[in-house]
Amino acid sequence: MTTQTAQTTTHLPQTIEPRNPGMDLDLSWVRSVQANTSAIERRAKTLPGRRSVKKDYQAAWLLRAIQCIDLTTLSGDDTSERVRRLCAKARTPLRADIAEALGVSGIQTGAICVYHDMIETAVDALAGSGIPVAAVSTGFPAGLSPFHLRIAEIEESVKAGAAEIDIVISRRHVLSGDWQALYDEMRAFRASCGDAHVKAILATGELGTLRNVARASLICMMAGADFIKTSTGKESVNATLPVSLVMIRAIRDYHERTGYRVGYKPAGGISKAKDALVYLALMKDELGDRWLQPDLFRFGASSLLNDIERQLEHHVTGAYSAGYRHALA
Amino acid sequence: MSISERLDKMDYGPAPESAAEALEWIESRGGIAGHFIDGTFGILRDDMTLNNPATGERLAGLTKGTADEVASAVKAARKAQPEWAKDGAARARVLYAIARLMQKHARLLAVMETLDNGKPIRESRDIDIPLTIRHFYYHAGMAQLMEDEMPSREAIGVCGQIVPWNFPLLMLAWKIAPALAMGNTVVLKPAEYTTLTAMIFAEICQEAGVPAGVVNIVTGDGETGQHIVDADVDKIAFTGSTAVGRRIRKTTAGSGKALTLELGGKSPYIVFDDADLDSAVEGLVDAIWFNQGQVCCAGSRLLVQESVAERFYAKLKRRMDGLRIGNPLDKCIDVGAIVDPIQLAQITKMVSENSEGETYHAACDMPEGGCYYPPTLITGLSPSAALMQEEIFGPVLCATTFRTPAEAVQLANNTRYGLAATVWTENVNLALDIAPKLVAGVVWVNATNLFDAAAPFGGVRESGFGREGGLEGLMAYTKPKAKGKALSKVEAFTGSDAGSDPIDRTAKLYIGGKQARPDGGYSKAVYSKKGEKLGDVSLANRKDIRNAVEVAQGANAWGKTTGHLRAQILYYMAENLSARASEFAKRIDAMTGKNGGKAEVEASLNALFTYAAWADKWDGAARGVPIKGIALAMKEPVGVIAALCSDDMPLLGLVKPMGASMAMGNRCILAASEPFPLAATDFIQVLETSDVPAGVVNILTGSHIELAPHIAAHNDVDAVWSQSSSSVSAVIEANSTGNLKRTWVNNGQSVEITTRDYLSAATETKTVWVPYGE
Repeated sequence: MTTQTAQTTTHLPQTIEPRNPGMDLDLSWVRSVQANTSAIERRAKTLPGRRSVKKDYQAAWLLRAIQCIDLTTLSGDDTSERVRRLCAKARTPLRADIAEALGVSGIQTGAICVYHDMIETAVDALAGSGIPVAAVSTGFPAGLSPFHLRIAEIEESVKAGAAEIDIVISRRHVLSGDWQALYDEMRAFRASCGDAHVKAILATGELGTLRNVARASLICMMAGADFIKTSTGKESVNATLPVSLVMIRAIRDYHERTGYRVGYKPAGGISKAKDALVYLALMKDELGDRWLQPDLFRFGASSLLNDIERQLEHHVTGAYSAGYRHALA
Repeated sequence: MSISERLDKMDYGPAPESAAEALEWIESRGGIAGHFIDGTFGILRDDMTLNNPATGERLAGLTKGTADEVASAVKAARKAQPEWAKDGAARARVLYAIARLMQKHARLLAVMETLDNGKPIRESRDIDIPLTIRHFYYHAGMAQLMEDEMPSREAIGVCGQIVPWNFPLLMLAWKIAPALAMGNTVVLKPAEYTTLTAMIFAEICQEAGVPAGVVNIVTGDGETGQHIVDADVDKIAFTGSTAVGRRIRKTTAGSGKALTLELGGKSPYIVFDDADLDSAVEGLVDAIWFNQGQVCCAGSRLLVQESVAERFYAKLKRRMDGLRIGNPLDKCIDVGAIVDPIQLAQITKMVSENSEGETYHAACDMPEGGCYYPPTLITGLSPSAALMQEEIFGPVLCATTFRTPAEAVQLANNTRYGLAATVWTENVNLALDIAPKLVAGVVWVNATNLFDAAAPFGGVRESGFGREGGLEGLMAYTKPKAKGKALSKVEAFTGSDAGSDPIDRTAKLYIGGKQARPDGGYSKAVYSKKGEKLGDVSLANRKDIRNAVEVAQGANAWGKTTGHLRAQILYYMAENLSARASEFAKRIDAMTGKNGGKAEVEASLNALFTYAAWADKWDGAARGVPIKGIALAMKEPVGVIAALCSDDMPLLGLVKPMGASMAMGNRCILAASEPFPLAATDFIQVLETSDVPAGVVNILTGSHIELAPHIAAHNDVDAVWSQSSSSVSAVIEANSTGNLKRTWVNNGQSVEITTRDYLSAATETKTVWVPYGE
C-alpha cells in the first residue's frame, strides 16, 4: 500500500542532553519512596487496553522501536563471526524492499550489546555507522567478582572502545538495605566509565519487592547512572510492566527534583512487536515524548527485531509474514 | 503524512472501533427502541430520540411507555411469576444461558453502549460488559443454591426496576440478575438517554429461553418510570438521583411495596502522606475520570494530607494533561462524551457558579463538537463550598487538605451522602483503622471503583439503602415465607378507679440513662381490663424524641465495643429480669387481662439470651472477588434505631428490637407498647441495674400515632422500625425521606419475625476492598 517516493533519511536528531551528574545520597528521599504493588499491577494490566496505535502510526512506532533496540548477544558461545553478523543486522535491520515501501532509509538499531571480549570486533564491524557498542560489565551477570576487578573491567571495556557500559549492581546491598554501599559502588562505576555512558542493571527479578526496585532506581540515579535497566536477561524474571512502571516513575521523580533526564532500558522477555508498542506507550504517557528517543530509551532484546520485521512486512503487503523471510541476526 | 514524519512525531493517531455492525443492528430492527412485553417486542413509536452524545447525531427513536403499556407489562410479569419461581435449577440454566449469550455478543454490546452513552469503548469493552456477564454467571449460581441456602425465603413477586444512563447494561444486570435468580419477574425501564443495549438484552432473553413475561422492558422517560412506581408491583428498585429516589420513597409510602434505592454520592478520596502518590494519582483517573465522572460512587472529593498536597496536586495536574479526550469509539481515548447536552450544561453551570479555590482544566486537546467537558480539578475548596457538598456527576474533582487522620475522617464524613470512600496509605494500621470509621457502604483501600457480583454494593445516609451483589443483595429480592395476618389496633383499657396503691407512681421516660419527666408535662392513666388503675404513664412528645436522639447519638461508643462485652450486658439484663420474673408476669397479666405473662417473660429471657449469643457471632464475610486481595463484607451497626414496639406483647415486643439493636452495637429509642406501657417502664429498673451505658437504650411512652411522624422525620435517626398496631407505616415511610433513613414497618400485618430478620435490620453491610501484594 505504501509507495511514498520521497525517501527521507531518518537519522535521529542528535539530542544534546546534559549527563546526569548525580547528587549526594539523600536517604530521607530514598526512605520516603513507596510502591504499592497491587495498584501498580492493576495499572500495568490495564495499560495495553488503554492505548492502541494503528496503521501508519503503528508502522512508525515499530520503526522507532527498532531504533531503540540494543541488539544483544550475551552467550558463552559467542564468536567474532557471530558478533559480526549481529553488527551487520544492526546496520540493516530491515529488508530493503520493506524500508523502501515504508519510505524510510537509514534505520539502524540503537546499539550493539556484547561481552567485553567482543567489543573490538563490534567496534570494527560498526565503523562508520554511528552505532555505539555497549558492553556488559562488572562481573555480569551476578556482579560478585572482586570489586577492583569489576572496576578494572569497566576501564578495559572503555579502553577497548565501548561507548556504553551496562554494569550490574550488587543485589545484596539492596537486600540488606545497605543503601550507602550501593550508592558508593555505583559512584565508583560511574567514575570508571569516564565519558562512556553507564547503564545500571538492577536485576529487578532478584530484588524481592517493587519498593526495593524503586529505591535502588533512585540510588543509582543519585550516584550518576545515565540509564537504569531492569535485568541482565539471566534472571528468571526479567522486564515486566509493573517493574517498568516503578522505574520510570522513579525517573520522573528524579527529573522533577533535579532537572536531569535519566534513560530507561527494559531488558529480557520483550520479544513481540505488540509488547514494544506497549512499552513505547508507557514511556510516552508516563515520561513524555522526549523519552521516546534512543538516547533515553532502549530495549535490551534479541528476538524482538524479527517480530517487528514481520509486522512491518504485514503492514506493507497486507499479508502475514514468516520469520524466515527476514535476515538472521 | 508520511511514515517518516509520523516517526518524528510519535503521535498515537486514530484507532477507531467500527460502529457499522451496531448501526446496522438498529436499522434492521426498525430504527426505534421500544417495549419488550410478554416475550414480544411491542409497538415501536417514534416518541423521543436517542442521540449519540459524541456527535449529536440521532441513533434511533424511542417509544415512551404509557400507563396502560406499563400495566400490560406488569400483568404479563404477574402471570409468569408463579411458574418462574418454582424451580431454582431451571432458573440457573436460563441465567447461565444469558451469560453465555452476552459473551457471544460482547463486542456488539460494547459498541452499542459506547454509541448510546458516550463512554470510551475501552470501558464498555473491558469493564461494563465483563462485569455484566459476571453478574449473570454469579446469580445463575445463586438460583441454583437458593432452595438449600435460603430455605425460609421466597421471591417478592413482580419487581419494577428503573435504571440510570451511566452504566445502562451493567445496572440492568444488577437489577435483573438477582431478581430473576430469586424467582421474581421484572418490569424494567432503561434510562431515556440509553436504551439500546437493553434492546439487545431483550433479544438475548428470547434466545436464552427466558419464559414470556419473566423479563419485560418498558422504554420511556421519567413519566414512564412514575407509571412503574404507581403500578401493581411488589417492589421498586431504583438507581438514580437522590431527588428522584426521595420522590419514589414518598409515593410508595404505605403501599407495602418493598423498596431499594441506590442514589447519589460525593465520595471522599483520602490520600495520606505515606501513600504511593503516583498510584494514588492513577487511582483518581479511575475514580473521577472513569465514565466522565458520571459515576454515583466517583471519588469526587479529594482529601490530601497537607504535607504532600502540593506535590500531589502537581503530579495530578501532569497526569490530567496526559488524558486523551475525544471520540469514545477510539480505542486510545481515556475520556469520552458527556451523556447529553443537558448534563453538560448542568456540569458547566455548577463549575462556573463556583468562585472559591483554584480551578484547573486539563491541558488536553478538546474535540470539536460533541458533548465534552475537560477533566477538571478544583483545589482549595472549603467544606462549606457547594461543590464540596453537591454531586456534580461530571469529570470535576474537588479537593481540600487535612492535617491528621482524625480530621480526614471528620471531613470525609461531613456529607449527606455515604456511598463509597477510598483510602490511600501504605500503613496497614491506618487503613484498617480508617475504613470502619468512614460512613460509606463501600471502602476501597489503595484502589478505587472495584466492583464484583460477590461484593455487596450500596450506600448509607442519602445514598440510599439496599445492597446489590453478594448474599446481601438477595435480601432485597426475597421476603420471608411466613405469611402475615391483618393486625387490628390494640386498644388500651379504660376505667375510672383511683387505684389501690396509696403512693402515686407516674412512670417516667428513660432518656440518657436517667428517668426523665416528659417535656410536655402530660401523663395518662393505665387501666386493667376490669378498669382498675394500674399506674400513670408519661406522654412523650417531639422534644422528648429530640432529647432521646441526642443522647443516643452521643452514645456512639457502644458501636465500638466488643461483641463479647455487649453479650455480657445482655446476659446481665436477663439475669436481672429473671430475678423479677414473677413481678413482670403479673404486671403483664394485669395490663393485658390475659394470663400469658409468665410465658412472655420466659420468651423475653430467651430473646435476651439469643441476642447475647449472637452479639459476637453475626459475622461478616470475606468474599472471593477476582482480584489479588479480599473484599470484606463487614457488618456494621446501623446507628440510632427508633422502634415502635408491638402493642400486644408489652415486654417481648420491647426486648426483641432492643436486644437485636443492642447486640449489633446500635443505640435504640423504644416507643413502648401504647396500650400496655408499664412493662417497659418497669424494665427501666432492669436497665439501670445491668450496666447499660447511658443513651444506649431509651424508652418513651405515649401515642404511636403522635410519635411516629416526628421519629420518622428526625434527620439524625438512622432507622425506624414499627411493629405498632396503630396505622403508622405510611407516615413513617413518607416522613423518612429527609435523610432517607431505613424503614422497616409492618404495613398493618402481624408477621412472625425471625431472629435473623432482626439482626439483618440491625446491621448494614460495608464492603471493604483490600487488595494486597508486595
